[in-house]
Amino acid sequence: MPVEVLMPALSPTMEKGTLAKWHVSEGDTVGSGDVIAEIETDKATMEVESVEEGRIGKILVSEGTLDVPVNAPIAIILYEGDDENTPLPEGSKQQAEPDAKESAAPEKQEEPEKAPTNQVKITVREALRDAMAEEMRKDETVFVMGEEVAEYQGAYKVTQGLLDEFGARRVIDTPITEYGFAGIGCGAAMAGLRPIVEFMTFNFAMQAIDHIINSAAKTLYMSGGQMRCPIVFRGPNGAASRVGAQHSQDYSAWYASVPGLKVIAPYTAADAKGLLKAAIRDPNPVVFLENEMLYGQSFDVPDTDDHIVPIGKANIRQQGDDVTIVSYSRGLAYVEEADAALKELNINAEVIDLRTLRPLDMETILTSVKKTNRLIVVEEGWPVCSVGSEICSAVSSLAFDDLDAPCLKVSGKDVPMPYAANLEKLALPTAGDIVEAVKKVTYTQ
Amino acid sequence: MSSDHKKSTKQSAVKPEKVKPKQKIELYRQMLLIRRFEEKAGQLYGMGHIGGFCHLYIGQEAVVTGMNAVKEEGDQVITGYRDHGHMLVCGMEPNGVMAELTGREGGYSRGKGGSMHMFSVEKKFYGGHGIVGAQVPLGTGLAFANKYRDNGNVSMAYFGDGAANQGQVYESFNMAKLWSLPVVFVIENNRYGMGTSIERASSTTDLSHRGASFDIPGIKCDGMDVFKVMQAGKEALAHARSGKGPFIIEMVTYRYRGHSMSDPAKYRSRDEVDEMRKDHDPITTLKDMLLEDGDIDEAGLKEIDAEIRKVVSEAAEFAQNSPEPKTDELYTDILVAND
Ligand SMILES: Cc1ncc(C[n+]2csc(CCOP(=O)(O)OP(=O)(O)O)c2C)c(N)n1
Ligand SMILES: [Mg+2]
Repeated sequence: MPVEVLMPALSPTMEKGTLAKWHVSEGDTVGSGDVIAEIETDKATMEVESVEEGRIGKILVSEGTLDVPVNAPIAIILYEGDDENTPLPEGSKQQAEPDAKESAAPEKQEEPEKAPTNQVKITVREALRDAMAEEMRKDETVFVMGEEVAEYQGAYKVTQGLLDEFGARRVIDTPITEYGFAGIGCGAAMAGLRPIVEFMTFNFAMQAIDHIINSAAKTLYMSGGQMRCPIVFRGPNGAASRVGAQHSQDYSAWYASVPGLKVIAPYTAADAKGLLKAAIRDPNPVVFLENEMLYGQSFDVPDTDDHIVPIGKANIRQQGDDVTIVSYSRGLAYVEEADAALKELNINAEVIDLRTLRPLDMETILTSVKKTNRLIVVEEGWPVCSVGSEICSAVSSLAFDDLDAPCLKVSGKDVPMPYAANLEKLALPTAGDIVEAVKKVTYTQ
Repeated sequence: MSSDHKKSTKQSAVKPEKVKPKQKIELYRQMLLIRRFEEKAGQLYGMGHIGGFCHLYIGQEAVVTGMNAVKEEGDQVITGYRDHGHMLVCGMEPNGVMAELTGREGGYSRGKGGSMHMFSVEKKFYGGHGIVGAQVPLGTGLAFANKYRDNGNVSMAYFGDGAANQGQVYESFNMAKLWSLPVVFVIENNRYGMGTSIERASSTTDLSHRGASFDIPGIKCDGMDVFKVMQAGKEALAHARSGKGPFIIEMVTYRYRGHSMSDPAKYRSRDEVDEMRKDHDPITTLKDMLLEDGDIDEAGLKEIDAEIRKVVSEAAEFAQNSPEPKTDELYTDILVAND
């Protein structure tokens, strides 16, 4: 019986892709492992191999088609004895013509804070790359090192193009030896260079955390102010998609607890860019926590190579009087989703994006709580000893008389990240959790 | 292929002609099961039934199959995330492995582990680890327990050419030798750690010498030839079992697919891959040998093929029909319940 070749999902987050090229035509015989087509996503070009042996019966999606949804049939392979009229087995999805509507996740739109310069819409991934490139152009001592950052163009393509522009002296592929290269980065920083150390993900920075904390964070103090360690440790942090317990963890609270570090966790592309530039210029060690799920999202970014966002300043994303919702990084995506439901309940939330986790901008939070008298903190990480715990504790002690309800945390569950799709959803916070928490503190039925 | 492949030592021989036809056919069957299982996993991934990272073992089948053929009852196995082959060959059920890949209740970790994290206490398979290099001290710890209990077992710690640069590997080497622990370090050198070739990551590329400064003996072995693997494995396991301490085997092998499903594999040429597939495929080589020696005929091969396809499609079906884990599983297995 004929089988359909489906548009493959070649990465955990891929939803659609471009069918760039067919390597076969109708009638060609193919064997298992033969490359039959090339597809492109925003990350890369990839080859589709046949897993069946047979003959190409029909090509369903023509070369150059954009936004082909994952799982849409792209061709039909016939076996010995089949011809073009042999019916497809039951359950085939032939009729499913690529439909960009249902596949494409709506692009996030971002209101510009103010509009001092022209805005361009770029992805978080591009914003991070631009920040590094601009700083490398300005300062010869800035260099990037990490696994797959150069020739492969970055495991998540954040360093795309940097090798071409800056060469192998300044864009350096390392072996898979995090402890070693984090230490080498610290040493180079002590000698006055400005390393950007990329961890493929922060899960692997656990191999290197001794240097981040013992070498980078404490040197200035231990040397009585003599020895600086101006280094940026960056990479994706937090929950990814379906990668299980060892590859899906939020380290925000860990690093945010360490004196001697600055810790940044941006949400928008503009903040990613402006804060990464500030981090590279900062004379202190900075842990810069990105989020894989945000890399492909587009936001408006000021069209200048001097867009700097100050470290340590939170941003009020939305003014409101009824409740203060504080979050950071991808937590804000849940908050935005919840906000639509809150508006329907006539609740106007003030939404604060922390952007920097250490030092915390308590002033902005306290000013807001004085106005709303209620506080919710939203984060993806574990609830115990979390960023939310810290903020709730600080607000309870500093603004006790302003509070009309207990401070509440909405967070990931207190479990390792499960792999199963249904359990993974349950392990993460939801917009619904936020709405419930807001209802509680506003005493809404 | 590099000349390295030809440097296998000529030790006490597992000569193919001395292996009984029945065992040869069994080796063939095991390798083919891994190959077909992995192809199916790739397919299910493409259809969205498997998520996250999925690292296929296609091309490297002879390594685990040969080692498994010479191990003894009770010997332990531990590896990284490219673990499906190791599990299948040690007798874990294809159904349970595939259902873990789809994240279902019928999976070995009841859906909570995924492709990279499966275990079987019964089969002495200790995982399934996602952090590059972490399995090496863990495997050394299994050997520590063997020595502590004086049980005569050896642990086999598998890791890649990329992992071979991690610091904890050398800390393990030192202690393994210092304490004469019964462990065989099996380095699966498939020439790339993700997109980085061994030449771009390692100051010295003969990984069989990596134990030299600890006085750990090592050999380089053609990991595309199941009989050579058996031969090397036999020597290494005997060494470790006899109380002489650790042994290193560098298995020179190759992965045909990308590092994981999302790897475009632009760092190597299509020709390089095709050459390995055509001229060095462990399964084709053995198949040709079986036919040539008259150990099996085409009809016999077809029968095995059909049988394996059936096992694999049943596994795929099981993996898709097994229910998702119950929601209260979210909170189980975090700590051992009081018993
Ligand atoms: C400590 C750590 N760093 C980085 C990674 C990401 N990573 C996963 S596999 C891999 C390549 C490993 O290559 P190798 O050891 O040769 O094994 P192979 O994949 O070739 O089997 C990398 C960099 C990781 N899982 N753990
Ligand atoms: Mg490798």
